[in-house]
Amino acid sequence: MKFSEVLPTLPIGKLAAYAADASERDVLKVIAKGRAETLEDFAALISPAAAPHLEEMAHLSQALTQRNFGRTIHMFAPLYLSNECVNKCKYCGFSRDNEIPRVTIPVAQAVRETEMLARQGFRSLLLVAGEHPKWVSNGYVVEVIRQCLPIMPSIAIELGPTTVANYAKMAEAGCEGIVVYQESYHPETYAAMHTAGPKRNMAFRLDTLERAYEAGMRRLGMSPLYGLYEWRHEAVALVAHAMHLMKTCWRAELSIGLPRMRPATGGFAPKMGDVMSDRQTVQLLCAFRMTFPRADITATTRERPAVRDGLVLIGATHMSAGASTEPGGYSDYDETTWRPRTPQPGEQFHIADDRSPREMAAMIRRQGYEVVWKDFDRSFVEREEAAAS
Amino acid sequence: MTQNEPLIIAGRTFQSRLLVGTGKFSSGEAMREALRASGTGLATVALKRASLGPTKDAFADILDFIEPDRYLVLPNTSGARDADEAVRIAHLSEKAGLPKWVKLEIHPDVNYLLPDPIETLKAAEILVKEGWTVLPYINADPVLAMRLQDVGCATVMPLGSPIGTNRGIENEAQIRIIIAQARVPVVVDAGIGAPSHAAKAMEMGADAVLVNTAIAVARDPVRMASAFAAAVECGRAAFEAGLPPVSANAKASATSPLTAFLD
Repeated sequence: MKFSEVLPTLPIGKLAAYAADASERDVLKVIAKGRAETLEDFAALISPAAAPHLEEMAHLSQALTQRNFGRTIHMFAPLYLSNECVNKCKYCGFSRDNEIPRVTIPVAQAVRETEMLARQGFRSLLLVAGEHPKWVSNGYVVEVIRQCLPIMPSIAIELGPTTVANYAKMAEAGCEGIVVYQESYHPETYAAMHTAGPKRNMAFRLDTLERAYEAGMRRLGMSPLYGLYEWRHEAVALVAHAMHLMKTCWRAELSIGLPRMRPATGGFAPKMGDVMSDRQTVQLLCAFRMTFPRADITATTRERPAVRDGLVLIGATHMSAGASTEPGGYSDYDETTWRPRTPQPGEQFHIADDRSPREMAAMIRRQGYEVVWKDFDRSFVEREEAAAS
Repeated sequence: MTQNEPLIIAGRTFQSRLLVGTGKFSSGEAMREALRASGTGLATVALKRASLGPTKDAFADILDFIEPDRYLVLPNTSGARDADEAVRIAHLSEKAGLPKWVKLEIHPDVNYLLPDPIETLKAAEILVKEGWTVLPYINADPVLAMRLQDVGCATVMPLGSPIGTNRGIENEAQIRIIIAQARVPVVVDAGIGAPSHAAKAMEMGADAVLVNTAIAVARDPVRMASAFAAAVECGRAAFEAGLPPVSANAKASATSPLTAFLD
């Protein structure tokens, strides 16, 4: 059964309510185990009653993370290919009615920017684009993957959901991972936020990771976008989704993000209480770690420096650095300072941590962690003749 | 003091019976110091972390911290999900100039990192035929261990408990069978979280243990590495000295016979 069929049968609303009013006794029971084994356990850990026990949870999270990942932080860089989009999403800078300069960068420019990112140290790339059947066609993405693979041993995609057949072509070209933010697991919110375009089909999006897995993708990145609906509800649903994927896509590595709404063109403002505070973000991360000791947890440049510095020690395993969210944005970067020379009006959202990859790496090492740039080899995804060339 | 017998794998002699993994360290330097303190002669490296191309990569330099005159570098295929991928990555390590030894690790199940027995046997068969010295990481399955020896593997490496759990030797009964039947060295790999676990594996008659997480994530990896070295040595010495059998019941003892008056 696909997750779109499972979700309506789950008591997510009830669990979210429990997450809002679990008792301290419930919380202490889970903390005593050191692990969250069920959705109820997880819900208790994100409750207000667990907040006074955050320090304890952080230590448990750190210990679990170190045991499974060591003292390491894996680095990756997003590369925005296009901000063309046929969808209308109330919160997104790329929403089709927003008046921003639209561009899809040519393959050659994608390769040049990938080379720039490789010079900064990155060996793991995330290709990002809006959803547009004409500009961001499958053939274009496949070509970008093919030409970037000799430079970047690990390539993943974050694009509009597509079919198994299309994913298979990307996997065949050497793409190993996929990220799909569900945005919201709450059907009414999902419908209200996505007012036009293929993205309105919530079920199709819910099953995207399963289709990508079927096509051969080995790393599945997932998250709601926090700020659209009550965060505890979204987090419980995300955990239910991840538990489902662990059974149906058992050979894939799960990667969980914690994206909080950032200011973007369009001016969408989250409701109070829908998005987590910094403390609640840390609480959520600890709860994820205590539920999924082996899942990658990603902390991107959406978070400000002080928060990211703290997350290194608590349980994040993957981080981006110096990200441009504008297609072609890196072309305008100064390679020494790794800062844009001019403002980037076509960006998807404005990043909160603009430190360069070098500055991030130095921060991570100062905290006694190793920076892992390369943790995948293209020989896993390429046939031998291709790898030899 | 009598020295322990050395460990011999595929005709190569190792003075230490402690093998060390190189993942999860806080830095290359920390890893290098811990390796030295462990006294090991064999260090495994995940090839996915290394640069295997013709040019050096300063951002994937894990191999630079493993001193080649001190250790045999044992590339491992971690990250491979099936036999094809494992074979491919082994080939690449050979092209990169590493010895034709490989720790075969195929664990598609990313949550428990348990090895796939079917793909492991397939890959072992291919690599042995190509002339590789193959050290397969397996679940503690005695029949699989025999099948791998039949195809020519140089060791078998059953897991004590799942990677990274530090739970020690949970598969004791099965590992004892593997040891009893073995024609090649048995290396207990994974789950060894404390020197006492390592000592226990050695006392059971394992030929070596492989330790990574417990050393790498210790507060002081160098001291932990020496602690493991000592434990492995003690456990082996005890095994060679001949441990007395353990029994739940009181046993007849020759020193104070109780029934001699009947003779």
